[in-house]
Amino acid sequence: MSLEETAYAVFLGLLFFYCVLAAGKAVDPVFAFHATLGAIASAAGVFLIVRSFIDRDGHVEPDEINGKPNYNLGPIKFASIAAMFWGLAGFSVGIWIALELAYPALNLGLPWTTFGRLRPLHTSAVIFAFGGNVLLATSFYVVQRTSRARMPGLVTPWFVILGYNMFIVIAGTGYVLGVGQSKEYAEPEWYADLWLTIVWVAYLLVFLATLWRRKEPHIYVANWFYLAFIVTIAMLHIVNNAAIPVSIFGSKSYIVWAGVQDAMVQWWYGHNAVGFFLTAGFLAIMYYFVPKRANRPVYSYRLSIIHFWALIFLYIWAGPHHLHYTALPEWASTLGMVFSVMLWMPSWGGMINGLMTLSGAWDKLRTDPVLRLLVVSVAFYGMSTFEGPLMSIKAVNSLSHYTDWTIGHVHSGALGWVGYVSFGALYCLVPWIYGKRDVYSLKLVDWHFWISTLGIVLYITSMWVSGIMQGLMWRAYTDLGFLQYSFVETVEAMHPYYAIRALGGILFLTGAVIMAVNLYLTIRHGEAEKPAADVALAPAE
Amino acid sequence: MAHEEIDKVSGVATTGHEWDGIKELNNPLPRWWLWVFYACILFAVGYVFVYPAVPLASSYTKGLLGHSQRASALAETAAGQAARAEVGKGLANASLDDIKTDPKMLEFAMAQGRAAFGDNCAPCHGSGATGSKGYPNLQDDDWLWGGTLADIEHTITVGIRSTSEDTRMNDMPRFGADGLLDVKQVRNVAGYVLSLSGGSVQGADVEAGKQIFAENCTSCHGEDAKGLQELGAPNLTDKVWLYGGDEASVINTVTYAHRGVMPTWGGRLDPVTIKSLAIYVHDLGGGT
Repeated sequence: MSLEETAYAVFLGLLFFYCVLAAGKAVDPVFAFHATLGAIASAAGVFLIVRSFIDRDGHVEPDEINGKPNYNLGPIKFASIAAMFWGLAGFSVGIWIALELAYPALNLGLPWTTFGRLRPLHTSAVIFAFGGNVLLATSFYVVQRTSRARMPGLVTPWFVILGYNMFIVIAGTGYVLGVGQSKEYAEPEWYADLWLTIVWVAYLLVFLATLWRRKEPHIYVANWFYLAFIVTIAMLHIVNNAAIPVSIFGSKSYIVWAGVQDAMVQWWYGHNAVGFFLTAGFLAIMYYFVPKRANRPVYSYRLSIIHFWALIFLYIWAGPHHLHYTALPEWASTLGMVFSVMLWMPSWGGMINGLMTLSGAWDKLRTDPVLRLLVVSVAFYGMSTFEGPLMSIKAVNSLSHYTDWTIGHVHSGALGWVGYVSFGALYCLVPWIYGKRDVYSLKLVDWHFWISTLGIVLYITSMWVSGIMQGLMWRAYTDLGFLQYSFVETVEAMHPYYAIRALGGILFLTGAVIMAVNLYLTIRHGEAEKPAADVALAPAE
Repeated sequence: MAHEEIDKVSGVATTGHEWDGIKELNNPLPRWWLWVFYACILFAVGYVFVYPAVPLASSYTKGLLGHSQRASALAETAAGQAARAEVGKGLANASLDDIKTDPKMLEFAMAQGRAAFGDNCAPCHGSGATGSKGYPNLQDDDWLWGGTLADIEHTITVGIRSTSEDTRMNDMPRFGADGLLDVKQVRNVAGYVLSLSGGSVQGADVEAGKQIFAENCTSCHGEDAKGLQELGAPNLTDKVWLYGGDEASVINTVTYAHRGVMPTWGGRLDPVTIKSLAIYVHDLGGGT
């Protein structure tokens, strides 16, 4: 066995014994359940490592075949399919909770299906399970291709992908069973957080090592964004989740931060989860897949440098705009606002570079629905990153905060930008990694595009209307100086918009189901790619 | 050395690098982008000078305008209170009957009562005050603890089975659950009670029930079963039922009793708001 295989086998073996012990001594049933899952998974890990060692029989995949890089595609295939699976799951839960808001009876009176438990299940499933697997799949693909190097490691790439998905399972089952630390987008408890930290360090190492082995003199812009995403998420995750468990055999822990400091750390994390996970990470996807699919050069190298560094520097300060008019000191609130306003153009730099890359290829939008998904995602990105700084302005925020406007804003980014750029990337990536000429049916992609676009429009317009109406109703006073509406009247007024929003979600899911079928058909029945003429690659100088 | 080339479509030079077939053009930063970026930075710097912004060792820069969001929130609240104070002050010293007859005070009290009802009472009594099972309908003229202005004001102030020392309180026995009556007796008395409003219970001996009623229930509900508001005992001869008037519900009530709770609002709402609430609720369906 190689040192790497031995190290993982020993680590997982030790983990197995801890999990068995923890399952026996667990002080609460959810921890016992998770320890059991952990024991099964680590035992399976050891088994897979040993089996693959026996199967490979001393053979190691070469880094190059006939002078061409021999890319490692297995983990990418897994993450792509996992992304599609979690996407469908996450969208479905979203529809369910949207319907719960419109028709509260759908809470079913069961603790496991109440809005409070299903909402983090939805957000984590779409952001971390769907988005996370898209980022893992595309980053492993892009860093190998643009470095012209096979990513190193027999076990590590698989450990990253499978370990990350194990984190998703622990997190998701925990939410439904009522275990969480009440931090938005950081709900999983301490043991899930620790596990993710280990996986994330392995991810960083694989990524850095691939860059280290690169055959290109420079590091491509997409990789800057991926690296910024990986490094910053590690920092945010560790600081925000610093906690002391009540027992190492129990699920409950207490966060080390308290009061307004805790709120500030939480939104420093929360906003940068948007900034570095959902923006930097997906801009990396944009920087590879848009020029690749359009077959055009990136519009401006200089713009990519300037907007990258401006974005990285400014984003990290913007968190306090989530806490305007709260116990947070006013000066912190001011700084959060002005950094958000300055962030507008750095964000738009990515949009300009994405859209202008199309110059000379705009006609392709008519014939290529995959490129259309990618380009429309960039347009939604531009819209959301204009709306964000606008909503961070205190006067606007005093109307928009706590209303559905925020939900609409998040979803124009989530459905329009993150969703569409992911769909576009997967429609490119799946045929490439499975050696197919193109996606099985472009016609179906076209249907996906139009149905889900209609869904997004219904979603965000209904949330704009209901959000602004809600904000105005809350602040309406009568001539005599009394509140004009009681809270319950504002809730009643939301009902039709909640129903429209749920319909928008159903259309979005319908599009994704069409996509899943299309990708399945691509893998199963797609036309194989013609073997490319064997041109030896000359290294660029 | 990187070899630059000219992109045929745009006529712009590339940077000479290529990654997996992707090249980059050497376009300058768009001017408008750069100028808007500068403008945003200028705005930010200006804003930082004008408003509280920079943390110092033990304080922070207050800004040129000396603005404080806490002070402005307090000022807005004070302005609102001042606007309401003129008429509101009158309410504090006026009796409920005076308020009822003074159009200006009445208008104010109704507006305040309506707002206070929506945020404090509607969760149980419903936004239309029609109640639901276990929560009395305030629109009808059937009152458990009295429907006069003074009765309503008192009920709101002290609550029912609440934490207030002066709370309104009664204690209907759990006749079935505590073994005071057997199953047959419960059924018979339920049959008698329902017969008073024209209903019936299957298999109940109404005459026997009447006897049980006389021995167990009249001290609170009265000989005629029309209830006693001083004790909060409901009238059993009408068709208004707090916990349901069907056979099973009435048997359930006799067996287990119900001890519904209404919170005390005395310490929580100020006396003027409670007065206004009393006026508002009385206007819905109060009696004399």
